[in-house]
Amino acid sequence: MENIVDPILEIKDVSISYDKNVTAVKNVSACVERNTITAIMGPSGCGKSTLLRAVNRMHELYKNITVTGEILLNGENILTRDPIEVRRNIGMVFQRPNPFPTMSIYDNVLAGYTLNGISLSKHKRDDLVEKCLRNVALWDEVKDVLNKRGTFLSGGQQQRLCIARSLALQPEILLMDEPTSALDPIATKHIEDLLVKLKKEVTILIVTHNMSQAMRISDRSMFMFLGELIEYDDTKRMFESPKDDRTRAYLTGQMG
Amino acid sequence: MKKDSNVKARIFKNNLLYVVVCVMSALTAIPLLAILGEVLVKGWQQLGWSFLTEATPNAFKAMMAAQKGEPIPGGIANGIVGTLMMLFTAAVVAIPVGILCGICLSEFRKNWFAKTVSYITDLLQGTPSIIIGIIVYIWVVVPMKGYSGFAGSVALFIMMLPLIIRSTEETMKILPESLKEAGLALGGNYWRVMLKVMLPASFGSIFTGILLAVSRVVGETAPLMFTALGGAVISYDLGRPMSAVPLMIWEFFNDPNLQDLIWGASLFLLTLVLCLNLLAKRIAKKWKI
Repeated sequence: MENIVDPILEIKDVSISYDKNVTAVKNVSACVERNTITAIMGPSGCGKSTLLRAVNRMHELYKNITVTGEILLNGENILTRDPIEVRRNIGMVFQRPNPFPTMSIYDNVLAGYTLNGISLSKHKRDDLVEKCLRNVALWDEVKDVLNKRGTFLSGGQQQRLCIARSLALQPEILLMDEPTSALDPIATKHIEDLLVKLKKEVTILIVTHNMSQAMRISDRSMFMFLGELIEYDDTKRMFESPKDDRTRAYLTGQMG
Repeated sequence: MKKDSNVKARIFKNNLLYVVVCVMSALTAIPLLAILGEVLVKGWQQLGWSFLTEATPNAFKAMMAAQKGEPIPGGIANGIVGTLMMLFTAAVVAIPVGILCGICLSEFRKNWFAKTVSYITDLLQGTPSIIIGIIVYIWVVVPMKGYSGFAGSVALFIMMLPLIIRSTEETMKILPESLKEAGLALGGNYWRVMLKVMLPASFGSIFTGILLAVSRVVGETAPLMFTALGGAVISYDLGRPMSAVPLMIWEFFNDPNLQDLIWGASLFLLTLVLCLNLLAKRIAKKWKI
């Protein structure tokens, strides 16, 4: 990718291995443009989720995983910084909606602040909750039931709540690991519309199984295969004329 | 259509098995109902306000009452006070220690140390209570030069601990990993995520586990014989010998003049355990996530 104007994230020669001998991601290098949606595609087991989870240092929970290389956020290597600080700047939305089950909708939005030990005034909290829920187009649906538990909502609403929860901390990057794969088509459409709107505020990196989803919403796409980054280009260009045979095979449904 | 008889045979077998299962489950309920009935019939007359608020009568008073054909005066208040105080003291220590230990065992389940502790917990859970009593006698009663409610609390603490550890560990293990990841992904530090997300999410089950642990040890008699010893007056001093309801049942059994009190005390203890169990069930249901 030559045409990156304003990179927010630079992945430099990153390799990730499990148990020292299974390499899930091999020497991946890529730049991510600010305020865009970048899709990471590839068949199951190609290392796309593994790569995504390295960006907010989720792998550190598991001792058997090692990450080498550099990941630069605004030019600073996040792999050598405090993981807590990194995660505050880089939000994550998971495959299955996972609102905190014992917290109300209101408290779920503010969970990032609670977990970071930051206390806000009542006024600020109310404003933040409203703003974040409006941002994910959930406010009108839940404004009268803010005290109900987050798990009371439908799957799609829960996922939007999880996005609101991440956005509340005003992250620079939002990582999404197949965020719609557990949702029905209408809820998926809601989330996709939302992401396109949100990219003005936050850079989005999304892992997806769904090629048409990548085509609909992403500006750029990565195609990974067996742990390698095979192709990285403008989404439109990649779908119209893939350079690599493996990319073409995947995009035309011959691999998957 | 020759398979018809085959299907009929299968339906018959199915129904037969269903009846057998129903009969078997009814059979298991019989002993429980029989025990409840017996205790209820013999004990309900004694249960009254004075039975719950007065201390045990001495043998002489009981004998006099028996001679006059009156019911035995007094009650089991000394045992109730002792049971509550010792349970409370044991629980105050066992709950935080047990919960923290349970969290550690579930979090570091692959670590050899955690595996060892987990194994020891199993052993402790299987240790006969009378052995725990005699150990606490050596550890606490002998150095303190006397039986005490405190020693009784230590014995109950040791009995309660493995139950709380196990229930916490099992509950934490079944929580989805993604919940912890979601908390950490928001920048929470490890222990904050544990306290604010994981522990509340498993609160219902842990609380149920605690109640069941309490109801298990509330009826323990053997370890208290060597430690709390028992006492005829209402005592609030943990430094002195103390009575407990199950201990009193044993004492009443050994004193021909007081034998009439056995059933009232038994009914009280049985009701307490049943209530704790029902409460635990209700909470488990209500806090289910």
